Amino acid sequence: MKPYPIDYGLILAAVLFALGLVGVLVRRNIVFLLLCIEIMLDAAGLAFVLAGARWGRPDGQVMYIFILTMAAAEVSVGLALIMRMYHRLKSLDSDEVSRMKG
Amino acid sequence: MHLTFYVAGTIAIVTTVMVITRRNAIHALLYFIVSLIAVAVIFLDVGAPFVAVLEVIIYAGAIMVLFIFVIMLLSPAASTLARPSIWVGPAILSVLLAVGVIYGIVGGQMGTFEVPQTTPKEIALVLFGPYLLGVELASLLLLSGLVAAYHLGRREKPKAISDKPVGGTLGGRERQTKEVS
Repeated sequence: MKPYPIDYGLILAAVLFALGLVGVLVRRNIVFLLLCIEIMLDAAGLAFVLAGARWGRPDGQVMYIFILTMAAAEVSVGLALIMRMYHRLKSLDSDEVSRMKG
Repeated sequence: MHLTFYVAGTIAIVTTVMVITRRNAIHALLYFIVSLIAVAVIFLDVGAPFVAVLEVIIYAGAIMVLFIFVIMLLSPAASTLARPSIWVGPAILSVLLAVGVIYGIVGGQMGTFEVPQTTPKEIALVLFGPYLLGVELASLLLLSGLVAAYHLGRREKPKAISDKPVGGTLGGRERQTKEVS
């Protein structure tokens, strides 16, 4: 039995979250924006599961299931919005929708 | 040195960097699937096999397929981009991950941290006990997501006819008054 390297695990989760955040800030393609939000959700779930394993409780995994549910709902609505935007503007550039009418 | 954990973590970071730097969305999705599988290996390693399976089935299976559907629908040329050469990078990283997992299993290192293995029964007892309100809220969220995705995914034309007062043409308005009267 080895001691559980929770510090490395949490550093990994933080790095993944930071990469997702950088992607959201840098990319302009709206599909990539949604993908980077998925990366951040996944990193948050990883942190939950690792912390739950640290204390030997299943609560962290329950939170991961909730995150999974939320990600599924968010992706379905987000992709429907992307398809609506593409049909209207013929573009996936998020700057195209920076101005709203009314 | 516990190799599997570090190999999976490194591959997760490398593939995530590849995801946010790709130009093409299909290439990014391939790398992201490898990243999700690497995170699932970490879950398996820290004694959470149920969550690892959920990650592969729901995240890498269902949600990523939804992404691929939409990308293929939006740009039909994307199907020509799925040529064998783009599989090389994700395939190499997957093979490295598989080598790490097999090394961990053969060497008897997999899941040997000082953490208890969580069974699905324990998770279910907590999920449907103290967190029952959260389950109800999640079901509500999924229902609203379903309704919203259906509403947003409909064609524009039937919506333009049904929403006459906002942007309808004269013909549309006449048609509506006839329907009303």
